[in-house]
Amino acid sequence: MTMSPASTDRKLGLVIDLDTCVGCHACVISCKEWNTGGYGAPLSDRNAYGAGTDGAFLNRVHMFEAKDETGPAQVVHFPKSCLHCEDAPCVTVCPTGASYKRQEDGIVLVNEDACIGCGLCAWACPYGAREMDVTAGVMKKCTLCVDRIYNENIPEVDRIPSCVRTCPAGARHFGDLGDENSDVSILVADRGGFDLMPELGTKPVNKYLPPRPKADRIEDKLDEPFSLAALAQPETRGFLGWLDRALERI
Amino acid sequence: MHPAPSVILFTVASGLGFGMMALIGFGFGPAGPVAGPITCLVALALAGLGLLASTFHLGNPQRFLLAFTQWRSSWLSREGVVSVALMSVFFLYAALWAWTGAPSRPLGLISSALALLAVFCTAMIYGQLKTVPRWSTPFTPAMFLGSALGGGVIAVALADTLAGRTAPIGTGVALLAASAMSYAYRRAAAGITLKSAGSSPESATGLGALGRVRLLEPPHSQPNYLLKEMVFTVGRKHAEKLALIAVVFGLFAPLFLFIVARDPAGYGLPALFGPLGLSLALLLHLGGALASRWLFFAEAEHVVGLYYGRR
Repeated sequence: MTMSPASTDRKLGLVIDLDTCVGCHACVISCKEWNTGGYGAPLSDRNAYGAGTDGAFLNRVHMFEAKDETGPAQVVHFPKSCLHCEDAPCVTVCPTGASYKRQEDGIVLVNEDACIGCGLCAWACPYGAREMDVTAGVMKKCTLCVDRIYNENIPEVDRIPSCVRTCPAGARHFGDLGDENSDVSILVADRGGFDLMPELGTKPVNKYLPPRPKADRIEDKLDEPFSLAALAQPETRGFLGWLDRALERI
Repeated sequence: MHPAPSVILFTVASGLGFGMMALIGFGFGPAGPVAGPITCLVALALAGLGLLASTFHLGNPQRFLLAFTQWRSSWLSREGVVSVALMSVFFLYAALWAWTGAPSRPLGLISSALALLAVFCTAMIYGQLKTVPRWSTPFTPAMFLGSALGGGVIAVALADTLAGRTAPIGTGVALLAASAMSYAYRRAAAGITLKSAGSSPESATGLGALGRVRLLEPPHSQPNYLLKEMVFTVGRKHAEKLALIAVVFGLFAPLFLFIVARDPAGYGLPALFGPLGLSLALLLHLGGALASRWLFFAEAEHVVGLYYGRR
């Protein structure tokens, strides 16, 4: 049914830490690996070994540069997948009911047996989260690894989305963003998590955490006297502190 | 946006067929018991051709019946439902006309209303997309309706001439209206950018607090589905010329031909000029409509381009 539910019991989603992400693309590969063999049609590639390679991915990592008037440019690695929006425009435009948002956990899914491959949902999505599998002729999108998170046949530690499980930097977090006491909700509140393109009114469930302010930048201290020792000087306490002070006095 | 030939053919051909139906249902066109129903069949064939073309770009067209189920939320589904309802009613209208020798006024008026609604639904498939700010205005349905009725006027006038009648000059107003709508859409769209709609690389990434944001590296070296489908930039440099061609050859020239060819004797021209002139008008109009519709897609910018540093 392509009417969006007015509200969902839970709001499962991802929180992506742009401060921590190192841009290694492990989540991209892990996502592709799991989902090409999991739920629905495989994520086909065309010309996989030559020029003009083309394939469907559910998660891609962009790299942006942000620069203000004075400071140095800052590079931000930016993973992007379906944000499982509360007001998902991709769901309501679907003519067949293939695209739907689940009442129980808010995951946006495609019933591939009902998808005619018209592509209108991909046009309606602001985030580029949906890609057509041109071989199967159906729309593919992030399922939040719905075939992992409830899967009792795999160890409990693996019952999280593949991208989250694999991230070596711990930059991806999974949980219920509808529960304000959940780890992910606390993380979002603490770190000032934000929505992508809030002006389009999609109300994304997934949140992004901003890069933390950089520690003292050398540019800010160029007019201070330079002291290598000061940079390396830890505060010493206890016996070593006493020894340090005693030696200073000699 | 990628201007898929199947979608352009769909919107132009079905628009023309629906435009004809709106006019015929209202009482325009040949009135005879043979010429009338034949004109109806031509309109049905054009609409059917358009709807058939719309299935060419589908990944799984065999499941098209499901597309009639989601009319409560989806304009694409509504378009399908209304089109099929219209074609059924209009076929009945044509069949009864051939059977009884006279058109049924109520069925005609229902057809007219459904035809206008069908064109509106077609336009709203695009007009509903907030992700393409240029389309997301009331000018989109206005332009589609103008185009459908403008084409319908020429096609119905051609049928009139072939049936030995003179089309009423007043219907030419639809061509003027179509030109005005086309101009209004273009003028409105020209003022709409992703930025004026409130979207930018900063809003897309949420990194505005750090300064100006630009793409450093795309996620992949080759174009993907998103770029092919939504960041189509080929031919935009010819946009102004194409737009001019679309209006001059697609609307003004056909209007001139319509005025002269609907009544060639009045201008001292041989009677043969009637069908020839209106056929030429129809061809020119179709060419212009195809160019205009191609531009409608090719010039439209999708917000997803912001993630790729491209528009």
